[in-house]
Amino acid sequence: MILIVIDHADGAPRKSAYELVSLGRALTGDDGSLTALVAGDAPGAVAQEIARFVPRVLTVSAPELAPPRAETMTRAVAHAATTLGAEAVLVGASRFGLSYSPRVAMRLGAPLLEDVTALERDGDGYVAKRLSYLARVTETVAASAPTVVVSVKPGAAAAADPAASAGEVTELEVPFEPDDVRVGVASRRAATKGRVALEDADVVVAGGRGFGSAETFDDLVVGLADALGAGVGSTRAVVDAGWRPYGEQIGQTGKTVAPRLYLALAVSGAVQHLSGMNRSKVIVAVNKDADAPIFRVADYGIVGDVLEVVPALQEAVAGLD
Amino acid sequence: MKIVTILKQVPDAEARVRASGGTLDLSGATLVIDGMDEYGVEEALRIRERGMETEIVALACGPERAAEAIRTALAMGVDRAVHVVSDVTLDAVAMARVLAGVVQDEAPELVFVGGKQADWDSSALGPALAEALGWPHADWTTELTFEDGTITVTHDIDDGTETLTLPLPAVVTTQQGLNEPRYPTLPNIMKAKRKTLEARPLADVAAAAGAPADRATELRASEIEARSRRNVVLDGDAKTAATELVRRLRDEAKVL
Ligand SMILES: Cc1cc2nc3c(=O)[nH]c(=O)nc-3n(C[C@H](O)[C@H](O)[C@H](O)COP(=O)(O)OP(=O)(O)OC[C@H]3O[C@@H](n4cnc5c(N)ncnc54)[C@H](O)[C@@H]3O)c2cc1C
Repeated sequence: MILIVIDHADGAPRKSAYELVSLGRALTGDDGSLTALVAGDAPGAVAQEIARFVPRVLTVSAPELAPPRAETMTRAVAHAATTLGAEAVLVGASRFGLSYSPRVAMRLGAPLLEDVTALERDGDGYVAKRLSYLARVTETVAASAPTVVVSVKPGAAAAADPAASAGEVTELEVPFEPDDVRVGVASRRAATKGRVALEDADVVVAGGRGFGSAETFDDLVVGLADALGAGVGSTRAVVDAGWRPYGEQIGQTGKTVAPRLYLALAVSGAVQHLSGMNRSKVIVAVNKDADAPIFRVADYGIVGDVLEVVPALQEAVAGLD
Repeated sequence: MKIVTILKQVPDAEARVRASGGTLDLSGATLVIDGMDEYGVEEALRIRERGMETEIVALACGPERAAEAIRTALAMGVDRAVHVVSDVTLDAVAMARVLAGVVQDEAPELVFVGGKQADWDSSALGPALAEALGWPHADWTTELTFEDGTITVTHDIDDGTETLTLPLPAVVTTQQGLNEPRYPTLPNIMKAKRKTLEARPLADVAAAAGAPADRATELRASEIEARSRRNVVLDGDAKTAATELVRRLRDEAKVL
């Protein structure tokens, strides 16, 4: 039995949830045993949506999960995995998933396949691909035990289509303990609302220090992103300068993205930045320095000034139908 | 107050990483203390410098050569260090089990771990260690303050930031933004040579912790998978190049 944990926000599954469904179906041979866990203070709507894709959906509904914390999610997921005797627990490798899945593995005495880009069965166990050394190395890692915990990098599988018939939704009681809520959540601040979430974006427009100011960045990078319906990304230099929020930083210390199209504008291409975007399908670089390292990973490059090229790109994009 | 700060020795970001026959080759790469781990060392030093009496212990699990990274931490100002000498490249869960034993013996109030070290690209050690110890954790921390017996941290989450309060003891993973790590000064480098660096074999530490002295997962191969890129440079003035780019993205790469 394979358990997939559904990452959700604002009453809807995140894109990664549908990717876990695909992976889960492939691993179970779509034999009807795939089970999804939806945990939250009001998981109903998400569970109904996921039931269109998965034969069995478990909901955990508890005030302890509002907002979710690493320890409350660990309790819920470990309890579900033990109750069901799951062979594998698949979690989306969002920041939050990466935060609680190691705890789940430790609690279950299970090995952890972390942030994997591919996952297959291998005898009694599983074999996965994952990146290391700032995403320059691909590792093949295997694990077998009664249970294996896997965090799956967004984009590792295609999003699933709905199943022929809807699955069954049942509720699971989880015995939370006082220590599960010992971490208090004092406040939460959401960044970049109203724009496509970076991890979910098919197209990402990223800008670097070469834009010179927050205003120019807004006009050109954000302007082009809006024209393309794309997510906005930035380098650490831009975040350090205070032009853009940290949530948009791409790279080792920021987010990892693998969109269909990544535009790197006035970005030098430091290793720490590349590690967050080098798995993008198509990479475009615009830089005035023909020797900038970003060109080495680019499919298409324009050597030129972003102050001229980006407005021209906005115009060319506006001409698309 | 006692703080344990966990370190890894990793290749410098600019170092060339090679692989052949499925194995990694780090010969020739400059090895340094991981940048993310440095933020933890620095934060511990700042806590002490703000006037709280604090003992700071560096803890690392790695091969013989990792001692150099530990010396850097000692030269930054850490009081002493424990080096679990291991020729096995442990994964995060296995390392957490082993290190939990040492942390339990040291009984600190706070453990710092780098948010994601540049060798294994893993952010699992902090949370796994916290779980092994039965402690809470906060990851990707950019701000940390103390109030009797608890800490308040601001950290990055998927859609923004969150402020948490944690009872101590706790594990905190550190990253860019928390502080600006100092460089060791020459006098401190000299002083560090006299500080205690206790080397303990993995087998002993693991046995004492009741943990396996081996990985939880099996590493089968490490390869460099260079993705082939088109590397097309588009010529002409801005308008010509931009128009050609958009045309190619639509018709050739089919991504628009
Ligand atoms: C531990 C650690 C973690 C890090 N994590 C990250 C991370 O997560 N993400 C990240 O991005 N960085 C990270 N960095 C920083 C990284 O090393 C680089 O410093 C950073 O990515 C540089 O950002 P940049 O490309 O915007 O700036 P620069 O390197 O200054 O490059 C600016 C580029 O813009 C070009 N340019 C300037 N003006 C123009 C113009 N008018 N038109 C066209 N081109 C122009 C220049 O030729 C240059 O190539 C990290 C560093 C460390 C040490």
